[in-house]
Amino acid sequence: MRDVAVVGFAQTPCVRETDGTTNGVEMLVPIFHEVLGSLGLTKSDIGFWCSGSSDYLAGRAFSFVSAVDAIGAFPPIMESHVEMDAAWALYEAWVKLLCGEIDTALVYGFGKSSAGHLRRVMAMQLDPYVVTPLWPDSIGLAGIQARVGIEAGFWDERAMASVAARSRAAALSNPLAQLSGNVSVDELLASDYVADPLRRHDCAPITDGAATIVLAAGDRARELCERPAWITGFEHRVDSPSFGARDLLTSPSTVAAGKAAGADGVEVAELHAPFSHQEILLRQALGLGDITVNPSGGVLAGNPMFAAGLARIGEAARRVHDGSASKVLGHATSGPLLQQNLVCVMEGRE
Amino acid sequence: MTRPLSAPLDVGFDYTRSTGPTLGRFLSDLRRRKVTGIRGSDGRVHVPPLEYDPVTAERLSEFVDVAATGVVRGWSWIPEPLEGQPLDRPFAWALIQLDGSDTSLLHAVDAGTPDQMATGTRVRVRWRDERVGAITDIECFELSDGPAADPVEADDVTMVTTPVNLHYTHSASPTEDPFLRGLMDGRLIAQRCPACSKVYFPPRPACPTDGVPTTEQIELSDRGTITTFCVVNVPFLGQRIPPPYVSAYVLLDGADIPFLHLLLGVAPEDVRMGMRVEAVWKPREEWGPTMRNIDHFKPSGEPDASFDSYSQHL
Repeated sequence: MRDVAVVGFAQTPCVRETDGTTNGVEMLVPIFHEVLGSLGLTKSDIGFWCSGSSDYLAGRAFSFVSAVDAIGAFPPIMESHVEMDAAWALYEAWVKLLCGEIDTALVYGFGKSSAGHLRRVMAMQLDPYVVTPLWPDSIGLAGIQARVGIEAGFWDERAMASVAARSRAAALSNPLAQLSGNVSVDELLASDYVADPLRRHDCAPITDGAATIVLAAGDRARELCERPAWITGFEHRVDSPSFGARDLLTSPSTVAAGKAAGADGVEVAELHAPFSHQEILLRQALGLGDITVNPSGGVLAGNPMFAAGLARIGEAARRVHDGSASKVLGHATSGPLLQQNLVCVMEGRE
Repeated sequence: MTRPLSAPLDVGFDYTRSTGPTLGRFLSDLRRRKVTGIRGSDGRVHVPPLEYDPVTAERLSEFVDVAATGVVRGWSWIPEPLEGQPLDRPFAWALIQLDGSDTSLLHAVDAGTPDQMATGTRVRVRWRDERVGAITDIECFELSDGPAADPVEADDVTMVTTPVNLHYTHSASPTEDPFLRGLMDGRLIAQRCPACSKVYFPPRPACPTDGVPTTEQIELSDRGTITTFCVVNVPFLGQRIPPPYVSAYVLLDGADIPFLHLLLGVAPEDVRMGMRVEAVWKPREEWGPTMRNIDHFKPSGEPDASFDSYSQHL
């Protein structure tokens, strides 16, 4: 089996609203230039391109096709797309690299959540017969899960606010974050509920943004990057979409993906937890103990839909690139209430 | 710089789905004011019924009648309901375990205020008067430990229609913006790629060949050449003029990319590749930020352009 590594990562600032189009081109052009430029590559050096985005978020058909304009796809390129977070596009690219037909791949995700009404758009991912017709909003659903955990004694509103406060404090070192600052837990707990028991700080903000990762195999990775983040485990699993039949206080898909990917011994983890209580749940499901989680601030500090999971892997890989960690974990989630989960474990080698 | 033009974009569509035997039974029974679950491989009764067991993936077929009353297993409070939700006043989303079921159904509880809600609270279905065989036949749940209304007779349903209405703000790109503003003044504004020098009309956010934003604005005339065309003979919903008529790709003089427009003033059998055309504008008072300001193109009477002049633009 070939070794494949994350060798480059770039992302846009996370902002509440951009002027750009929903096809993401204005956000993607600068980060493609940044990530390719930093590696000394041009578009013709990339063997495969793969993206994650959603037409429901964009409010238009085939928005991901328009996004290809940002690449400059001439002569024709090899390209694919997933209607999911781009972390799953990264998985597709990784498999293609393992197959040996290419040596490099560029993966990107983008989302302009500000264009629509995100809480309603997210209802489109639910069961179309018995759930979507009720238009459950993403925050209302997460509120149910949060309350079940509070009443079971798994967490409380203070523990949830502590996650938010720690995220914002960590984001002070992340110039691309949307929300950062030193806020006290008491201050956060004094605010009103958005959907009791969730307050605004418990919910990831609405964010426009994009992210990109470059993967390379074997010697090509060693050429491009002084300290590649070698992917040693990459797994995704899915739970039943029937969330009324699930135990909402665990995430069997996360547990299984973490075990299969070899999460033991990671030093830093970036978790895709759009709600504060879900970080507590994921930390538990991955058996992370007290290690540093979300040093970037995580998605509570900025949540570009369809790019945020990919960005978690990029943020984790960066800790290997800069030598501050030798084994890291990036996680991405998709579907309602942590239904589908992906774990990417990466290691540096001396 | 001013913000690019933007406008509301409302996307509406009725999704029509066949129900299949399992959901068809569930939805037909809702119409009868009955709730039906299905027994899973492990003996658990699932409501709503699942077609396949979530653990063993075995096909499930044993329907089980459950009650229209049950217990709240978890909830959140929605102080400001959103469009399409079951109630337009503050309500609770709740996972409700119906009596006789082992799993929970998501629905709204009309509890009035959050202090009326608690996990463990007993609720019952409030049935809609006009039932069509949809999850919305349950108007909501209400706080009550009494029995729900009795079942009635109703025909089976095999299809379910779900209207979807989403609302967006659609923004033009920084390069489309001068193009759209130009149209309001009857001007045709294109953009040139700084790398390959190709002139795009309409402009795009980035040159699709080079992946760089276009920067130089160019004003074009409203004359051009037909690169290719088709004769539309098929009627369709929303058609503006009766067929047959000609849809043609027009390459404006000075542009590198043709665009599709309507060609009138010539019999379909007389249209040719290379035919020279000019724009016929609508009256000025009807102009807006749209290519519809040009009502159609018509032959200009100039001699045909040579194939070589547009062969690279097909």
